[in-house]
Amino acid sequence: MKILVCMKQVPQKDAPLKLNETATWIREDVSYEVNEPDAYALEEALRQKEKHGGEVVVITSGPARAQQVLREALAKGADRAIHLEDNAFVGLDAFNTARAFAAAIKDEQFDLIFTGLQSDDYGYAQVGVILAELLGWPHATIIMQIEKTDAGIKVKRELEAGFFQFVDMPLPAVLTIQSGINKLRYATLIGIKNAKNKPLRKVALADVQSAIGNNLQMIEKLYIPQKTKNTEFIEGPPAEVAKKLVEKLRNELRVL
Amino acid sequence: MAIKFKGVDYIEFDAMLNDDERLVRDTARKFIEDNLIPIIEECNRAGRFPRELVKPMAEMGFFGASLKGYGCAGMSNVEYGLVTQELERGDSGVRSFVSVQSALVMYPIYAFGSEEQKQTWLPAMQQGEKLGCFGLTEPDFGSNPGGMRTRARKVGNEYVLNGEKMWITSGSIADIAVIWAKVENEDNKVRGFLVETDRKGFKAEDIHGKWSLRASVTSGLSLQDVHVPESNLLPGSNGLKSPLMCLNQARYGISWGAIGAAMSCYDCALQYSLLRKQFRDQPIASHQMVQEKLAWMITEITKAQLLCLQVGKLKDQGKAEHYHISMAKRNNVWMALECARLSRDILGANGVADDYPIMRHMMNLESVKTYEGTQDIHTLIIGSRITGIDAF
Ligand SMILES: Cc1cc2nc3c(=O)[nH]c(=O)nc-3n(C[C@H](O)[C@H](O)[C@H](O)COP(=O)(O)OP(=O)(O)OC[C@H]3O[C@@H](n4cnc5c(N)ncnc54)[C@H](O)[C@@H]3O)c2cc1C
Repeated sequence: MKILVCMKQVPQKDAPLKLNETATWIREDVSYEVNEPDAYALEEALRQKEKHGGEVVVITSGPARAQQVLREALAKGADRAIHLEDNAFVGLDAFNTARAFAAAIKDEQFDLIFTGLQSDDYGYAQVGVILAELLGWPHATIIMQIEKTDAGIKVKRELEAGFFQFVDMPLPAVLTIQSGINKLRYATLIGIKNAKNKPLRKVALADVQSAIGNNLQMIEKLYIPQKTKNTEFIEGPPAEVAKKLVEKLRNELRVL
Repeated sequence: MAIKFKGVDYIEFDAMLNDDERLVRDTARKFIEDNLIPIIEECNRAGRFPRELVKPMAEMGFFGASLKGYGCAGMSNVEYGLVTQELERGDSGVRSFVSVQSALVMYPIYAFGSEEQKQTWLPAMQQGEKLGCFGLTEPDFGSNPGGMRTRARKVGNEYVLNGEKMWITSGSIADIAVIWAKVENEDNKVRGFLVETDRKGFKAEDIHGKWSLRASVTSGLSLQDVHVPESNLLPGSNGLKSPLMCLNQARYGISWGAIGAAMSCYDCALQYSLLRKQFRDQPIASHQMVQEKLAWMITEITKAQLLCLQVGKLKDQGKAEHYHISMAKRNNVWMALECARLSRDILGANGVADDYPIMRHMMNLESVKTYEGTQDIHTLIIGSRITGIDAF
C-alpha cells in the first residue's frame, strides 16, 4: 500500500504563547512540534506498511522550520517527504491548503491518504475531507482502526457517546485519524541518521500557485480572554430560584 | 506535587543546534520522561538498577551512539552530548551505566580492539545483549592509576591476570570487563584485556551502603589467576594513555550530563518558587534572594552549555584536547552541584524529600565530582596546561 500522510507543525502544547505585534497571530519564537493527531496518522501508516508492504510518504506545507516535522517522520520510518515551503502557507485556509496538496501530488498514485483528525492550532478538521472531495475519493473521519479487506478497507469510526461505526470502503480513500489509535514509536538515533539520506522534495509556492486562490481566511484580531467577575442574585421562592439557576447553568454558562 | 520538566533555554541555545541535534535531544528527552522519570525515585530508594530499560535504551540507539558501524548510530559529538544531557536529567546513575557501556567499554574495543573482537562484542553491546564494565581503579590507586598493582603475565598463548579493582560501575552485571593491567613480560606496560566475567578466578561483589548513584551498580572485582587467551588482549592498547583516552570520551559525556542534572534542579526550583507562597501571600520567587539564586543558576547553566558546545565542535573536528575536556568536566560538575544545593535551598524542607529530584541529583553529583578524575585532578590538568608545570 502506498500511503501519504499529511502532517502539520504546530506550536508546542504547553509553550507560553505571545501575540505578534499586529495581534493577528502568535509570535514565531515559540517551540514547535508535530501536530499530535498527525503523529498518530504517521504511526498508523507505518504499521500498515509493516503489515502489507508499500511506501509511506509524508507531506507538509509551511516555512523552512516546518521541515523538522518531515525529518522526524523520516527518522521514524517514512520513506520520503514533500515540503511545500513558503511563509504564505502559514494561516492559509483549509480549502487552499488542500488544493495545494492535491497539486503537489498530482503525479503520484496513492492508495490511502491519512491526515490527523484536526490540527491543534486552528482545529478546523477540514483539510483531509476537502482533499478527498478535490480528488473525487471517498473519505471517512475520526478513524480508530483500519483493516485491509479483499475489496478495500474496513474502518472503525468513533461516534459520540461511546458509539462506533464500521464502514467498508474501496480504495483509494482519505482517512482522518483520531489520536490514541495506536502507541507512538520513538525516532531512534539510527533512524535519525538514516533519515539524512532519504529523499525530500521541495515544492515552491510558484509550483502550485495556479492551483490555488487567494487566502479565504483572515484573522482580524486575537486577544487574551479578559477575566471578568459578575455576581447575580436570583431571588424568589426556592423552587423558582432552582429552576432559574438550572436554566442559567444550561443556557448561559453551558456547564450542564 | 510532581513538577514536570519544561526544558531550559535562556539565550536561544536551541538556535545554535541544527534540526538533527534538536531532534536527537527531544527524542532522548521524551524517552527519559516516559520511561525513566516514573520509576527513578523508586529505583533510587531501593538501590535498584532499572535493568528493564536496557533493551529499550538499546533500541533507541543509546549504546555506542557516537561510534560508526557495527550497528551503532554514528552520532556527532554534539548529538551524543545532548543524549547524555537528557539521560542525566533523568538520573546520573543511568547516565553512568550508558557512559560505561559506550565510552569505557565499546570505545576501547572500537579504538584498540582487533576486528574479531569488534565483531564479537560491538553489535551485541549496541543491542544491549551484552553489558560491559571498565576496571581501572584499585583499592589503593584512584587518582593515580599509574600505580596499579594488577598484573598480567604471558604464559604460552595465554595471559594470566591477578589483582583487585574497586568502584567498578556495572561490575556484577557485566558480561565483559575491560581490565587494565601491567604486563610483566612487557616492562610493566599498562595494557587492556577483555575478560569474560564467567572465567574461573573472576569475582565481582557489589559495594553496598552507597548514598550516591543508587540506581547504578558499583562493584569490587577480584581476579585470581584468571586465564584468558592472548586474543583477549586489546592489541592497540599501549600504556596508560589508552585508558586515559577512554576517560576522555566519558568525561566529555559527563560534562554534558552535568548540565542535564543542573537543568532538572533549576527547572524544579523555578517552578516551585512560582507556586510556593510565603509572606503577604506572595510567591517566594518574588523575593530578591530567591531571584539571585535562580539568576545564578541559569547563568551558570548557560555558560556550561556554551562550553560544551564548543568542546563538542572541537571534538568533531578532531581538535579537542584532554585539557579542554577537563575544563568542561570540572566546571560543569561543580556548577551542577552548586545548582543542586541552591535548588534544595529554594524548596526548603520539601527539597530533602524524594517527591522532588533535587536531593537525588545532589547525592549523585558527589560521585560524578569524584569519578573520571576528581575536581582537583582536573584543576591540576588545567594548571599543568597553562603553566607547563605538573603539580600532581
Ligand atoms: C560511584 C562510583 C563509580 C565509579 N566507577 C568506576 C568505574 O567504573 N571504573 C573505574 O575504574 N573507576 C570507577 N570509579 C572510581 C573513581 O574513578 C575514583 O574514585 C577516582 O578516580 C578517585 O580515586 P579515589 O577514590 O581513590 O580517590 P583518591 O585518588 O584517593 O583521592 C582522594 C582525594 O585526594 C585528592 N588528590 C589525590 N591526588 C592528589 C594530588 N596529586 N593533588 C591534589 N589532590 C589530590 C583528590 O582530588 C581527592 O579529593 C567510580 C567511583 C565512584 C564513586
